[in-house]
Amino acid sequence: MAGNTEPLSARAKLAVTAGRAAAAVSRAAGRGSGSVIGGRVALKLDPELLARLARHLDVVLVSATNGKTTTTRLIAEALRAGGEVVSNALGANMPAGITSALAGGSAARYGVIEVDEKYLAGVARDVSPKAIALLNLSRDQLDRASETRMLAERWREGLSGTDAVVVANADDPLVAWAASSCPTVIWVAAGQEWKDDAWSCPSCGGVLQRPGDDWFCGDCGFRRPVPTWALSGDCVVAPDGVSWPIRLQLPGRANKANATTSAAVAAIFGIAPKIALDRMYHVQAVAGRYDVVRYEGRDLRLLLAKNPAGWLETFSLIDGPPTPVILSVNARSADGTDTSWLWDVDYTRLAGHPIFVLGDRKLDLAVRLEVAGLDFRVCADLAEAVRSAPGGRIEAIANYTAFQDLRRLIGN
Amino acid sequence: MSDSSLRLVWVYPDLLSTYGDQGNALVLERRARQRGLDVTRIDVRSDQQVPTSGDIYLIGGGEDRPQRLAAERLRRDGGINRAVANGAIVFAVCAGYQIIGHEFINDLGRVEPGLGILDVRSVRNEGARHVGDVLADVDERLGLPPLTGFENHQGNTVIGPSARPFARLRYGGGNGTGDGTEGAWCDTVFGTYMHGPVMARNPKIADLLLKLALDVNALPPVDERWYEALRAERIAAASQPA
Repeated sequence: MAGNTEPLSARAKLAVTAGRAAAAVSRAAGRGSGSVIGGRVALKLDPELLARLARHLDVVLVSATNGKTTTTRLIAEALRAGGEVVSNALGANMPAGITSALAGGSAARYGVIEVDEKYLAGVARDVSPKAIALLNLSRDQLDRASETRMLAERWREGLSGTDAVVVANADDPLVAWAASSCPTVIWVAAGQEWKDDAWSCPSCGGVLQRPGDDWFCGDCGFRRPVPTWALSGDCVVAPDGVSWPIRLQLPGRANKANATTSAAVAAIFGIAPKIALDRMYHVQAVAGRYDVVRYEGRDLRLLLAKNPAGWLETFSLIDGPPTPVILSVNARSADGTDTSWLWDVDYTRLAGHPIFVLGDRKLDLAVRLEVAGLDFRVCADLAEAVRSAPGGRIEAIANYTAFQDLRRLIGN
Repeated sequence: MSDSSLRLVWVYPDLLSTYGDQGNALVLERRARQRGLDVTRIDVRSDQQVPTSGDIYLIGGGEDRPQRLAAERLRRDGGINRAVANGAIVFAVCAGYQIIGHEFINDLGRVEPGLGILDVRSVRNEGARHVGDVLADVDERLGLPPLTGFENHQGNTVIGPSARPFARLRYGGGNGTGDGTEGAWCDTVFGTYMHGPVMARNPKIADLLLKLALDVNALPPVDERWYEALRAERIAAASQPA
């Protein structure tokens, strides 16, 4: 399928070179990896560049509200069993960042690309992917992002004629609805703990019935598709019914779900579940997430949780009480400036943990925890929180920019 | 109150709970229990009947299509209208605020009838969406401190003669009509565009509803430390937009 060696046009080559130069300047100026500015410059010189770069690759797109960076890493790792992979591993997931990532790997066979939910339909049109993995959709940054159901609608319209094999989570009604218009779908029972964005039928607006793991609409009959792949406990169940144990260094149920979807994607490219899963074991921290770091003589595990669904999955993977927990929340523009979502998170799940509160919006969090009836301490900074925490490894859960702040502070 | 337990009804969390709206129910419940009151919280899904025996009804915010579905189902149900006729308290936010009025513009661009329990009418604002921190002075008859909240809506709500503005804006868009008003109220029915959730930032609103439900003039004090700290921070933030 891969290995189209048709050379890039002079214009495309110039665009790639100019993009790299801009990225280098940006890096030298200390403004991050430069992948976004590099991609912007390149796309300006050659607007078709993304499509041209992708023509040489078997492309897999990965999109979701949560887990897309990790799943992109897992799929990339699995596909390396079949050839070289180029990927936007740092999470620059809009067209400029994607262009920059693809420009970096001219010898690659596969392109594994994380795509922001809002850009999926457009990128899928540009790069003619072989496979698209759709993991989940839930509320996130409601002050500036589209309404969640509208995103599902855009996916559905944008992907309805795709030639790609779509690998979709049958347990998320919004994802199931988005994918059910695609010609070829492989359904995965990947689970979804968060249910509060899908009580209403995405098709007709009726009330969804959700007995056990099943779901269906009593009004229009839209129901959970029959999955061929499944996450069952700690195993991936393949379409032939064989169970493969999942061994990951990444913690939590959500990452087992991500591994299941990744195994289904790898199989499309002829990579067997055992080989795919063995390779996934090598993925450790992803862009600093799940990393265990030293700070002020203590071990901290850094956990990113950006929205209610993410917090829910994170609570289920942390060590039990009396493990101390640091919570840090900001509401800068990259986080969404509305903190109302804190009230969608069930913080009573932290009962019994010593809790330390940080971040720009620590007072919103303090009121939230007070109303949940929990004991907590509001801290001026990370050093105070770490000094106040009783012994043992500390779980530090933060939303997007608060997580970046922690990493910067720790020098990781 | 109908019996010894305060009945708190949360209306249609499956459709109208997009912006942390559960927070208002949690704050009310917490502050009632801190006063030694027994609270029964009743979450009513949109395929269930709305009980008419509630003391306080909370209606939250939601996206445009769920708002239309909620209005259709609540009109058909009739429970809230009967409860209000019996003196029940209703507190509605954003999409819920529009629903309890006479009419609003639905997701299909058509006029959708509301419940008509508050004398307001809403249309869609053709200009920019109102998003950000708000600061306002609450109607002095209600005896509440300044109102702080977060708004995120595209509605313009006009208040009719039998309702009064809930608050007068110092910062923010509020009802969006340019008359400097935010929200509306009449007797035991209240509507506001404020998220936050509004009772987390304005716990005295929760106390006001409790006093109305219990028919008392005062409640025992509770620990206000974190609420006060948050209020001070958000009031300062509203006057210096980012």
